[in-house]
Amino acid sequence: MVMSRIIGPRVAPGELSRHGLRYGAPGFLFLLARVLILVSLFLPYWHMALVAPQYPDNLHLTAHVNALSGDVAEIDGLNHYIGMRSLHEAAQIERRVGVYVLILFVVLLEIAAWIHNRWAALLALPAVTFPGVFLLDLHLWMSHFGQNLDPHAPLSSSIDPFVPPILGTGVVGQFKTVATPGIGLMLSAAASLVIIVALFFHRRAYRPLVIAARSD
Amino acid sequence: MRIALASSMLACGIAAQVAAQSMNDVQSVAKERGLTTADLLAAAKTYVPSGQKDEYIIFSSGGHSGQVFVIGVPSMRLLRSIAVFTPEPWQGWGYGVGNEILAEGNVNGKANLWGDTHHPAISETKGDYDGEFLFVNDKINARVAVIDLRDFETKQIVKNPLTVSDHGGAFVTPNTEYVIEGGQYATPFGADYAPISEYREKFRGSVTMWKFDRIKGRIDKSQSFAMELPPYWQDLSDAGKLVSDGYMFLNSLNSEMATGGIENKQPPFEAGVSRNATDYLHIINWKKAEAVFKAGKVDKIKGFPVIRMQTAIDEGLIYLTPEPRSPHGVDVAPKGDFMVVSGKLDPHVTVYSFDKIKKAIANRTYSGSDEYGLPILDFDAVVEAQVEVGLGPLHTQFGPDGYAYTSLFLDSAVARWTLGGEYGKGTPEPDWTLVHKTPVHYNIGHLGAAEGDTVSPDGKYLVAFNKWSVDRFFPPGPLLPQNFQLLDISHQGADMPVIYDMPIGVGEPHYAQMIKADKLHPWTVYPEIGWDPATQTLDPMAPKPKMERVERTGDGVNVYSTLVRSHFTPEHVTVKQGDHVTWRLTNIERAVDATHGFAVPQYNINLSLEPGETATIEFVADVPGTFPFYCSEFCSALHLEMMGYLMVEPK
Repeated sequence: MVMSRIIGPRVAPGELSRHGLRYGAPGFLFLLARVLILVSLFLPYWHMALVAPQYPDNLHLTAHVNALSGDVAEIDGLNHYIGMRSLHEAAQIERRVGVYVLILFVVLLEIAAWIHNRWAALLALPAVTFPGVFLLDLHLWMSHFGQNLDPHAPLSSSIDPFVPPILGTGVVGQFKTVATPGIGLMLSAAASLVIIVALFFHRRAYRPLVIAARSD
Repeated sequence: MRIALASSMLACGIAAQVAAQSMNDVQSVAKERGLTTADLLAAAKTYVPSGQKDEYIIFSSGGHSGQVFVIGVPSMRLLRSIAVFTPEPWQGWGYGVGNEILAEGNVNGKANLWGDTHHPAISETKGDYDGEFLFVNDKINARVAVIDLRDFETKQIVKNPLTVSDHGGAFVTPNTEYVIEGGQYATPFGADYAPISEYREKFRGSVTMWKFDRIKGRIDKSQSFAMELPPYWQDLSDAGKLVSDGYMFLNSLNSEMATGGIENKQPPFEAGVSRNATDYLHIINWKKAEAVFKAGKVDKIKGFPVIRMQTAIDEGLIYLTPEPRSPHGVDVAPKGDFMVVSGKLDPHVTVYSFDKIKKAIANRTYSGSDEYGLPILDFDAVVEAQVEVGLGPLHTQFGPDGYAYTSLFLDSAVARWTLGGEYGKGTPEPDWTLVHKTPVHYNIGHLGAAEGDTVSPDGKYLVAFNKWSVDRFFPPGPLLPQNFQLLDISHQGADMPVIYDMPIGVGEPHYAQMIKADKLHPWTVYPEIGWDPATQTLDPMAPKPKMERVERTGDGVNVYSTLVRSHFTPEHVTVKQGDHVTWRLTNIERAVDATHGFAVPQYNINLSLEPGETATIEFVADVPGTFPFYCSEFCSALHLEMMGYLMVEPK
């Protein structure tokens, strides 16, 4: 009884075969979102180029869900002048658990596809908000690092605390920073949109059944 | 997106600017500066705009600077000098790095801190440059150095145990099996004493075959051997290739065995050595000699295996044949079929046929033997052609199309002439004829065409390595620079103009080789942090970040330092007077060009540590005092602050 209240009403076999598209669409879209998220795990989420005359190929930073790569050593080396902490100290927990969290979100989506009432929306919510949370987290770390500079650093007096934009261009010292979303983040954002569309069709398909079940 | 937009706007801006310039502007500048159309064309052929790179790279010997110069072609810009036999502070060579390698070249325990580099040789695979290693000889002390072309640094110096001076090196066999080092001025082996009256009996020439171990990147002395030769002052050499693979060829200039003595009314060397009309070209079967060496038919002289002349005669390893007197170059044509010899005092180049040489050897077509019993092949039986090219012919290089190029010292010119045989159809002119002479300025020695001594010459560019520049440049005092003149040889016939003059004000180059730049794959930073260039491996003792320390062990002090923009760690190093200090330093940078120096005053120390490089220096802190050490390579905005104090407490 409790179980059926959680997973919501089931569709009668005859109804299912008559309106396959109506009941199949949300499930398919949830599947698509899961695939998008899983693929995104292997792709970069975020990219920053640091542009300065003495680096003709620019310096590059690339963030995956679980890694920070690129010219990290060189950027750390430059950052020590202004007293910024090493980039590897940032978001350590996020990078360690990020992949597992996303897999958990995928599992939740899988469950959501089997639940035919409003609880499905709650289960899908983490995956929907993930791209936004990722960027927010990035922003918080950037501001934390950019605004907590070691006052004893060689050039601490010559630079004001700063927060480079997490998307778009900014200026830090002689560097222009150009931050762009990675393909992974785009796929993750696409997954969010797909989930929202899926939830719309989910509601259209199952809400009548929920209302019918309630009035029984 | 914004970057793309910004850069396309920039590109539009430049395009607009360029469009605003016109040939009228070019003409007005040319008029103002007195430039002819030929000058403008030469400039257009050689100018390499900022950011663009040269198509070819020259490795030039530095003469008695003891170095090797790296030069871009066609821009003729000096890219680097490589310290080899001579200490050089910019690279730290001999001032903390390379000290052990320089010491390998000590003679009888005595340091000889200069060299006279003559002939660089790029390593070859199947007779073509492979761009992996460079060898160069030192004429004054008969040494050969190995340079690794991954980092353009000297890795090994071997001292020849037999000969005192060398000139017939470095030349490599077609797969760099051996590096050939022919001796020059005859002496008793190992510089032993003998009166000059015993010249014929006790003085000897030699050629040494240094086995090269490509995996280790080092000459393997234990697999190397030498051949005893008559005291004829063997000069230049060249390895056979393709059809003549397995053979090598050496010139000689003193078959008269003159001993000089102008002060005793004897003919001076310059006269005595030039008396005979001919000297001897030495034809040596080195593959057969290798087998004789491996069979143990050698004498150990100065601890080194030497094939005696009688063994060489008995085994059929060596043959002589007359060549025009006092020759300089013997150069093997691209297919390995012809050997071109220039006698300095004969206006011809003499071309020998390897096919005829083989037949003459097989048929024993001898005109006699020399006083040591070496068989002399009949000249007429082995010569293919003689081409009159001009006065003072020295060296020959080859083009891809059947042209050969010979330097003419007395004429101060480069001669272009046609080869015959299979090469003949490549050129519109008849075989074996002089086509054109381009004057050069002045007194050309060697010349180097693009890959011009390989099995597949590129043509295109040729550089005349002129000894004198006289009036070509602003005279920086009475010691004038040499003049490297670039010639465009990409067109046939008489069209081969000089298109650039490059003064060499840092040494006196002899020979140089020109390799296509894309065959070279140098590192821009060392592969890993803690790399020891002397061994080309990761040094397990290299200091790493957070492991910097100063530790005392008995009467010694070990210092582990790292360098990064813009500080040393540690910055205070305190030792006691008399301490033996072992100081290891690692540049932990990964950025291209982030080189740091480490300079210690009064202790004669200066290192150049390229990104990732580690080095170890040892010294006795015998002078007490306070010594600010610093980074000697301008590395960053806070470069002046990159320093520390070495404090030596008095006893």
